[in-house]
Amino acid sequence: MSAPPRTGDDLVHGDPNLPPAAVDPDVLDEQRQHWTPLRIALWVGVALLGGLAWVMVALVRGETVNGIWFVFAAVCTYFIAYRFYSTYIEKRITQPDDRRATPAEYNDNGQDYMPTDRRVLYGHHFAAIAGAGPLVGPVLAAQWGYLPGTLWIIVGVVLAGAVQDYLVLFFSMRRGGRSLGQMAREELGLVGGFAALLATLAIMIIIVAILALVVVNALGESPWGVFSVAMTIPIALFMGVYLRFWRPGKISEISVIGFVLLMAAIIGGGAVADTAWGAALFTLDRTTIAWAIIIYGFVAAVLPVWLLLAPRDYLSTFMKVGTIVMLAVAIVIVQPVITAPAVSEFAGRAAGGPVVSGPLFPFLFVTIACGALSGFHALISSGTTPKLLEKERQTRLIGYGGMLMESFVAIMALVAALSIDRGIYFAMNASSAATGGTVETAAAFVNQLGLTGVNVNPEVLAQTAHDVGEESIVSRTGGAPTLAVGLAHIMQRLIGGTGLMSFWYHFAIMFEALFILTAVDAGTRVARFMLQDFMGNFVPKFRDTSWRTGAWVCTAIMVGGWGYILILGVTDPLGGINTFFPLFGIANQLLAAIALAVCLAIVAGRGRVGLLWVPIVPMVFTTIVTVTASLYKIFSPVPAIGYWAQHAAFKAALARGETSFGTAKSVAAMQAVVRNTFVQGTLSIIFVVLTLIVIGAALIATIRSLRAGGRPSAEEPPVPSRIYVPSGFIPVPAERELEKEWAQAVPPRVRAHH
Amino acid sequence: MDLLRGFLWWVRGVLGEHAYDQYLAHHRRSGHTGPPMTEREYWRARTDHQERNPEGRCC
Repeated sequence: MSAPPRTGDDLVHGDPNLPPAAVDPDVLDEQRQHWTPLRIALWVGVALLGGLAWVMVALVRGETVNGIWFVFAAVCTYFIAYRFYSTYIEKRITQPDDRRATPAEYNDNGQDYMPTDRRVLYGHHFAAIAGAGPLVGPVLAAQWGYLPGTLWIIVGVVLAGAVQDYLVLFFSMRRGGRSLGQMAREELGLVGGFAALLATLAIMIIIVAILALVVVNALGESPWGVFSVAMTIPIALFMGVYLRFWRPGKISEISVIGFVLLMAAIIGGGAVADTAWGAALFTLDRTTIAWAIIIYGFVAAVLPVWLLLAPRDYLSTFMKVGTIVMLAVAIVIVQPVITAPAVSEFAGRAAGGPVVSGPLFPFLFVTIACGALSGFHALISSGTTPKLLEKERQTRLIGYGGMLMESFVAIMALVAALSIDRGIYFAMNASSAATGGTVETAAAFVNQLGLTGVNVNPEVLAQTAHDVGEESIVSRTGGAPTLAVGLAHIMQRLIGGTGLMSFWYHFAIMFEALFILTAVDAGTRVARFMLQDFMGNFVPKFRDTSWRTGAWVCTAIMVGGWGYILILGVTDPLGGINTFFPLFGIANQLLAAIALAVCLAIVAGRGRVGLLWVPIVPMVFTTIVTVTASLYKIFSPVPAIGYWAQHAAFKAALARGETSFGTAKSVAAMQAVVRNTFVQGTLSIIFVVLTLIVIGAALIATIRSLRAGGRPSAEEPPVPSRIYVPSGFIPVPAERELEKEWAQAVPPRVRAHH
Repeated sequence: MDLLRGFLWWVRGVLGEHAYDQYLAHHRRSGHTGPPMTEREYWRARTDHQERNPEGRCC
């Protein structure tokens, strides 16, 4: 094996006593592009299967479509995008150089900087980015039929979501694992950086609030759900104590124990909910549950990590990986049939539908955020994951490939949600203001929507609720319960039959609640550190993160922020999630626009003019989507869509002395609408203004770089690498060969990995 | 059998169980002269480190 050719700007001189730390890029290219007949046949096969699946999903109009086609369309598209588009980005934009050591290698501290096997890191990164988001958005977007959501999830991830994750991961790795906020400050200057930091903080608050709202909606008046989710707290505490005092480091062992206890909690929850005392104790209204989550959020964020957060995280990771594998297997075996139309009646209506109001464009694209494009990932791709990469070339697998897996989760959620009867879907997802809350009124509401093939009667709604072990499924908004019903439908055909439907329903509710509560806890902690860092500008003592008072004050401020919005959402007379969810999507997509703008400035700084379209296309698209959605929310004269129009309508009604208006049946409810729409409208304005500042700053930085033909980069100086491992799941021969060479030169036990 | 062992190794890795072994390897490589932390000490240090360096979990 010859050493990689040295170039003029080459600063990396490896150790002459060691094998080269990289495969020669030309050899790698040649072997990757070595088209043997078998390989050609394989890719033709993938393309044909994917093409056929797309024809079945998008063009063939039968009465029903088999859910398996969604899986094929998605997976084949992912393979092709990963093989061709991500390598294009790698070759032309990122240009990783394996001769350079990664932060995990040169900064290895045995803690958060640590070279980690790529296959393990793939799972780790996936567990960090995927949560309840990709499970919830696609369910709500199902009101428009299956095709718009499917197209956006698959095309969006290929051209936007995975590109963002990959670029942010790569650029952060080159900068020692710096956070998005720090990169924004470096690339966009003081104003842009400051706006990016404020936007990130505000966005984190809204995201945590809406996620918590999803849990509240799933647990309200559900003693079974409340019991089993509440039990996760003592289970996590037990796990924490076990790991701290009895068997430190035995994480998989305690995770299995925790999992068994969790299953016992779900099964036990059914029995407890059936007893009189259990029903009395655990049937809680949504406001009470919201307060419980707020108190939990504060306590969890100030308790030691080992006691609650770390064990919860193990449990959540264990469940996440397990459940998603299980769901994929179940969908392939059961092959659920989808009866929903490709494009529903609501797609053409400017008012939208009963689940999400507003026209398909832009609201589809903010309803499905995670799974297609999620700005929040930029916070994981900068900061956490880049400190664990072994080699630069692995960024493509972890960043681009990791996001493809999340997109696949979103597709499975869409299939599960679409496999349930449409009448039940609308009865579950329309706000209680619309359905009236009882099976009779809900059935009447759904039937008057005038949807073809939809005819639901109260008995079906009551029976479904009975099957899943709930009092009622009417207006169980937020997506999680719908997904749980869909998952229960699919899983009971695989294991257990209808008798186990209630178990599967509560299993699904519990794992979603588990992810969300972990995200709430971790999000509060991260936001608290960001706030402390920010307040440190004015009161330097706040920078000291071990200062208890400062930590408590900042935690309280963050919890107060999301807790306030959560309470508003829970008590919202207009349906809570239906009015607040667009804010979640807008916030998440705005963060994506910010992350892509930072990437754009960096790519321009590297002087790569002809390639700017790669970050520009998704950035412009998401900017148009989010700004349009924000403008609708701010300026639309239709009260159901525009926050301020609604605000004005209710204010005027109050001024006229009316005591009931629309779905608000009392003066207090009307005042609540006035207050909520004010908060929602104000947040919309703040988000859009901050984002436009960040994007403006990025454009200025980009144009300056282009005029100057590039600019000095903020990358860390290169350090020669002294380890070698392949880049993908399946190494090419040259990579295998070099790995062997290293195994002989450096005995494995003193190397960085196993 | 190898497949199962590989899968279990992977699950442990994703959960973070390899961290102590990785720390030991790091300790050897970096040429520290003092003895490495014991397993118990290491896991305490690790959660204490997480206390000061929180990691986000996404939606």
